[in-house]
Parts: sequence; structure tokens; C-alpha cells
Amino acid sequence: MAPVLEVSGLTTVFHTRGGIVRAVQDVSFSVEAGETLAIVGESGCGKTMTALSLMRLIPSPPGQITAGMVKVAGTDLLALDEASMRRMRGSQIAMIFQEPMTALNPLLTVGRQIAEMVSLHENVSRRAANARAVEMLHHVRIPAPERRAREYPHQMSGGMRQRAMIAMALACKPKVLIADEPTTALDVTIQAQVLDLIGDLRKELGTAVVLITHDLGVVAETADRMIVMYAGRKVEEGRTKDLFADPCHPYLQGLLASVPRFGGGEGERLREIPGIVPPLNDLPKGCAFAPRCQSAIGRCRDEVPPLEPKRPGHAAACWVT
Amino acid sequence: MLDYILRRIGLMVLTLFGVSVAIFLLLRIVPGNIADILFDSAGLVDPAEKQQIITDLGLDQPLVTQYVHWIAGLAHGDLGYSYVSEKPVLDEVLPRIPITAKLAGLALLFAVCTGVPFGVISAVRQNSWLDYVLRVISLAALSMPSFWLGLLVLMGFVNWFGILPIYDKAPATWGAAILMFGVPAATVGFRSSALIMRLTRSSMLEVLRQDYVRTARSKGLSEPAVTFIHALRNAVLPVITTIGIETAFLFGGLIVTETVFNIPGVARFLVEAIRWRDYPMVQNLVMFIAIVVVLVNLIVDLAYMFVDPRIRLRA
Repeated sequence: MAPVLEVSGLTTVFHTRGGIVRAVQDVSFSVEAGETLAIVGESGCGKTMTALSLMRLIPSPPGQITAGMVKVAGTDLLALDEASMRRMRGSQIAMIFQEPMTALNPLLTVGRQIAEMVSLHENVSRRAANARAVEMLHHVRIPAPERRAREYPHQMSGGMRQRAMIAMALACKPKVLIADEPTTALDVTIQAQVLDLIGDLRKELGTAVVLITHDLGVVAETADRMIVMYAGRKVEEGRTKDLFADPCHPYLQGLLASVPRFGGGEGERLREIPGIVPPLNDLPKGCAFAPRCQSAIGRCRDEVPPLEPKRPGHAAACWVT
Repeated sequence: MLDYILRRIGLMVLTLFGVSVAIFLLLRIVPGNIADILFDSAGLVDPAEKQQIITDLGLDQPLVTQYVHWIAGLAHGDLGYSYVSEKPVLDEVLPRIPITAKLAGLALLFAVCTGVPFGVISAVRQNSWLDYVLRVISLAALSMPSFWLGLLVLMGFVNWFGILPIYDKAPATWGAAILMFGVPAATVGFRSSALIMRLTRSSMLEVLRQDYVRTARSKGLSEPAVTFIHALRNAVLPVITTIGIETAFLFGGLIVTETVFNIPGVARFLVEAIRWRDYPMVQNLVMFIAIVVVLVNLIVDLAYMFVDPRIRLRA
């Protein structure tokens, strides 16, 4: 099956006073219909910028997508003019954001915000758009959807708002859904519900999901495949199961080792990766992870390692492993 | 909701009581009364006559008595008589109110209709030359006293058009009123316009950074739709509050502008009455202005409730 979303060589930079910030460098991946791909990494590693680049919502200036291709169902988004791109947003590729508390307009009813999406992309009457809004709210399992559609965001809980966001994002049945930390701001119990909901709708509608998160637990539960990003680059890629079982890159090894384990030794210190992510406007010459890597060798500091297959269907960018 | 409105009306009554006490006392603190002024400037010399005037007007009575007398009259709709013209205050004031109302209304309209759009343009085109020009103009407007601006406008008109937009007779139609009051209204409203523009700009800049604006863009809305449907509605909330506050300041500007453009409105009349220590006139006019300001602020708060569901549904 041909992938619905194909990204290759995506590079996004920000022109700042401190120099050029390379937020996303040469990132490639593809997602098939009904598949979930997780993009994993620490804060500031370029996950969100990758997501915004896919939507072409990078604030510009200072941001700029300098190279790459983002194909949704065969159309290269980066080659479209702004008006055509607007027609793609919401209808072909939609996004849900991290903060459900602030991502909805406080002055408009939830129903109207969903209906707005529908009437923007489909030639339907206002009444039909409103009916679709109620239907979508029902779809994301919000009780009493007719009443909720007439309510304002502040009358809903965080979990319910995030459901409403999902309802809005999926209202036009987009082929690709980008979920940027969709559950980070929610309680754990609500998190599971929202993730289940995204998973179910993905199966039902055949949507390709790009799930951006720093939570490896979420990845393990929901993603078919994952890519690991570090300092704007993809450093590891493969099936989730394989990467968890046998991480190749020392960065992923470190991330997995730093997940707190239930019932670990009493008083045992959590393992961490020493050091911090290097500033993106002042990256080291070689592998960006080298300064924090315990197995780094001389070559790591001089040359950027290419992404190479290490096992079947499992690639990593590392000189050592 | 009803509860909220009732509470607001209660507060309004308290405010007006405070204003009445303040203006009453302030007028008595200012040196001299009508009798002193008549004897200083109008050439009267007989001290017995002076005493007679003071007794006639009740100026020798205790302050509390005078205050109660005024408020009791007010409660019966009796505003008293002007010391100067000896006509009922109401008859003097009523014909002047429409003039000032038109001028103030136009000034406010001018302020909102220029301030909000220019503020939006300035925010959407942040740091462009247009933004800089608008910001410089608005800063200048805020720094300029309105009497000086009024004089400049007058001089400009004489210089370039050879005519003065000076009040001669009451305009018959709305069109004529706008022609007549347009320039003075713009002069009064210029400051408010600048304030509203700067406020709209900063509020808009803040709103444009909000997550829901990004959400709106991610839906595929065009920039104008994002700006006007999603951003502006949120950005005008603080501007609405300012409009209420600006009405109070507007009266200050009106006094000066009515004088400069020779418009026989309430504001200029008030200054005249203060000069003569025409207590009933000043007290009642100030009360009238206070009522207008308080009412406008009530309307503004209600409008705020109407626009913002978070406040409407909590109240």
C-alpha cells in the first residue's frame, strides 16, 4: 500500500539574531493509511517544528522551510501556493494541539468551531454543518452532544475539550492527523481515554496518525512505528516493538533507561542522560549527541553519522553501534 | 444576570452620591461666591446689598442645609435657578444637551472607527513602515493637548480653505450636523482614537500569539478570517472597557473644543458657570455629566457581557 504521508529531506530553519537555528534537518518518514507513527524526543528536539512544517504553519519570518517534500496522497504540500495549501489544511491534513485549554476560541461555541471547519471545506448548508458538528461530538463520545455543541470551551473539562479538538480535526475526514502531545496536559485516566479514542477513529476512518510525544509509555501503547529525533535530526527509526526491545542509538538507550520502573530498588536513583540538548544555533560538528554520549569515539565528534539500517526494518544514525 | 445588573445599579447610585458630595464641597472650597464676584467685578459697592444677595441665595446657611436643599430639590426634579440668568437651570441646559451629545457621539464614533481598524492594521503588519507611521501618529496624538490641536486645525482651515468650521446656527439635518461637527469631533476624538489604536494593537498582538489563532489557521481559514473572526473578537474586549473610561475624558476635551470652535454646548457653558460660581448650574451640570459617564460604563459592562460568554454565563 502506498503511504498517505511521505516526508523526505524536510529541513526547517529559523533566522534569529543568534544565527541560524536548525530546527528540523533532513527528516524523512512515511505513514500509511490507518497507521500510527510516533515522533519521540526531548523538549526542543524539533518534534513540534516538524509537525508545524507539515502543516506549513511555521511562523514566517523568522521560520523557513528550506528543503524537502511533504506529500499527502501524492500532492507535495511544499509546492502549493498559499490558497491551495489552505484548502489542504483541515480537509487533507489536520492537527490537534497540546493545550486543550487554550487551543479553542473562548468566544465561540464548540459547535460553531467544528461547523466552521465543515463549511470551510465542504459545500454544505449552515444547518448541515451544525448537524455534522453534533454528529462529530457524538462520535468522540461526548455525552449530550446537542447541548455541548451550544456550549463554550470554558464550560468543558480539559479532556472534553481535547475530544472536541479531535472532533474538529476529523470533521472533514482528513487523510493525515497530526497529534502534537495530545495528552500531555491531561490527567492519566483521561489520557488513556483520549488515546483510545484516537486509535479507534484511526481504524474507523483509515486516518494516518503522526503522534508527537515525549512519553515513551504512550508510544509503546499506541504507535506501530516510531522515529526518534535529537537536535532536529532523525536518529533512529523502526517498528515500535523492535526499538523498545533492542534500541541501537545510545540516545534511545538512554531514554529507555531513564523511564522509572515500578518496583525498582528502594532508594535507587533514576537514571538520566547527563548534559542537555545542545542549542540548535550552535550544534557540534559531528553527532549532536556525542557530548552526552558515553560510548562516543573520535569520529563521532567530527562527522555526522548517516542513518543506516542496523537490523531489518530498523535504522539508526550512529558510528558506534 | 439580573442580580448582577441590580448590583451594578446600586454601585452607580453610590458613585453618584460620592460625586454630588465632592462637587458640592469643591465648589464651596473655591474662594469667592457669586456675591463676591459681583462686587469685585461688576462695580457694586453697598455691603448691605451684598448681604441681601447672600441671604436671598441661602449662601449663609450651614453647608449641610444647603446640600440637603439641593438634593431634595433634585429628587423632585427641581434643579433650581441660575444665579446669573435667574432662569430655571433646566431651561438653560436642555437646549444645549443635543449639541454636546452630537459632538460627543461623533467624537466617540470617530475614535472607535479609526482606532480599531488602524490598531488591527498595525498589529497584523507589525514592524512594517505602516506600523511605525501609525505608532508615531498615535503617540503624537496622545501627547497633544486638545486645545492646541483645535487651534492648529482652525489655523489650517483658514490657511488652506479660507473658511472656518465655526458654529453659527443649529444644523437642520444630520448631514449638516456631521459637516458642522465633523472637524471638532475629530479634534476631540483624536486622543481617544490614538489610545484605542494603541490598545487594539497590543491586544491584537497578544491574541495573535494565542493557541486558538494557530488552531484557526490549522483549519485552513484565510488570514482575514483568522484576523476578524477569531482574533479581533478577542482583542476588542479590553478596548470596550476603555471606551467607557474614555467617555469621562471626552468631557475634558469637549470643554476646550467647544470653546475653540465656539460651539454653544454644555461643556463650554459649564466653564462659564464655574467662573460665576453659579452653584446650582455647576452642581447640576456635573451631576448630569456624572450620570452620563456612569450610564455609559454600565452599558459598556453589559456589552462586555454580551461579547464574552465567560462573563455572561458566570454572572
